[in-house]
Amino acid sequence: MRPVAIIGVGMTPVGEHWDKSVRMLGAEAVQLALEDARLEGVDALYLGNSYGATFSSQSHLGALVADYAGLGNIEAYAIEAGDASGGAALRTGYLAVASGEVNFAMVVGAEKSSDAIGSSRVEGRNVSLDADFESIHGATLPALAAMLMRRYMYEYGVELAGFEGFSINAHANGKRNPLAMYRNIIKAGAFAKAPFVSDPVNLFDGAPDADGAAAVILAPLEWALDRVSQPIKIAGSGVATDTLAVHDRKDPLYLKSVALSAQKALSQAGRNLDELSLLELHDAYTILTALSLEAMGFAERGAGWRMTDKIGLTGDLPISTFGGLKSRGNPTGATGVYQAVEAVLQLRGTANENQVNSAKVALIQNLGGLATTAVTHILEAL
Amino acid sequence: MTQADVRHERFAFAGTGTVYSYTTLQDAPESFTEQSPYVLAMIQLDEGVMLTAQITDLGDESLAIGDRVEMVTRKLTTEGAKGMIVYGYKFRKMLPRA
Repeated sequence: MRPVAIIGVGMTPVGEHWDKSVRMLGAEAVQLALEDARLEGVDALYLGNSYGATFSSQSHLGALVADYAGLGNIEAYAIEAGDASGGAALRTGYLAVASGEVNFAMVVGAEKSSDAIGSSRVEGRNVSLDADFESIHGATLPALAAMLMRRYMYEYGVELAGFEGFSINAHANGKRNPLAMYRNIIKAGAFAKAPFVSDPVNLFDGAPDADGAAAVILAPLEWALDRVSQPIKIAGSGVATDTLAVHDRKDPLYLKSVALSAQKALSQAGRNLDELSLLELHDAYTILTALSLEAMGFAERGAGWRMTDKIGLTGDLPISTFGGLKSRGNPTGATGVYQAVEAVLQLRGTANENQVNSAKVALIQNLGGLATTAVTHILEAL
Repeated sequence: MTQADVRHERFAFAGTGTVYSYTTLQDAPESFTEQSPYVLAMIQLDEGVMLTAQITDLGDESLAIGDRVEMVTRKLTTEGAKGMIVYGYKFRKMLPRA
């Protein structure tokens, strides 16, 4: 296996793109990444998408986007791992280049959530849950997150307002990001009064589904060292899974896949938690952020929610530096690739208003379901 | 389901358990909108297994973590153009025993 670098990035604005299809969004991100890398083409394309089949009646998106982006007859296919599809596509591209089989790999994440609206979008999203034991009972991802959150509040004696810091931080950072979906700030005290989606998860807690596409180009690090001004090394890459049905876990408040994928990625990179300059976590719900911080060992069990005073852009452990899923938006299958693009901008020192000072090592983590799939990557500036 | 061992064995659960957690959905999937809003719970059966199911027959009563519940058979949803009924398990707060 050979070391791999990210040599080009691109992303579209996140939001509701009524005038663009999923292929148009995907091709736009591909073109932006090619321009950034100053390349004409690539050898292969791996596309992360979660709900093309149910939102847009379109699967087979790897070939579709490769063709629409004018990449010719290259190897191309889509990767699906629920909302972790983007992270899984990055993992696939990494393996392809590391193996020596592929030299230049385009990793794209693309989703068009607004092709389905209201209850049909909720239904379309439910294909990533356990159909026979969750969806058939009317469960949804926010409802399952809500049940974990309520249990957490019960076991550790946490009030709803205790989670507000995660959403306040996400929106404070998203306000600085011109590509973010919701650039409003959330004022202290407003969180606990927001209307419930599925109590105790409310409108200021759950991330909004969005349209968007992001792309990164991978190449052998050795090739990049002589030719690219700021290659970003993929120093660690780890995937782990857990049961689809949350109720099948011995301890539902412990995200085992998060722990295992992070351990693998950190160990490969030879890094400790205290060496990380920033985290892009899968903050689809505040409870997921709290539980992820605990599973990785940043906080004791039951204490993850207390970390909100450390997570600002100038804090000890910046999180969701471009707004995270909560404010930047959650373009489901594209989210894991947005995290990679944002981390690359941080490590290049070109994150503008969102820049974390002297960012050297970033951990990005993309989850499918309530951590049924966890994909963790460590990215490093050289 | 976690299923490292693929052999199946028939087993009768007592159908009673305790509420591990619960929520009221305001934003139902298409095939459940006519029941919305409804209460969903994770229930720890007395035999130790956990499952996810709706809480029915709640009326104006409230639910709390730790409440005792019992299984009932109910219509879950309908499928297809002909509206085939899908039956399955829901739970209700345990009725007083004689």
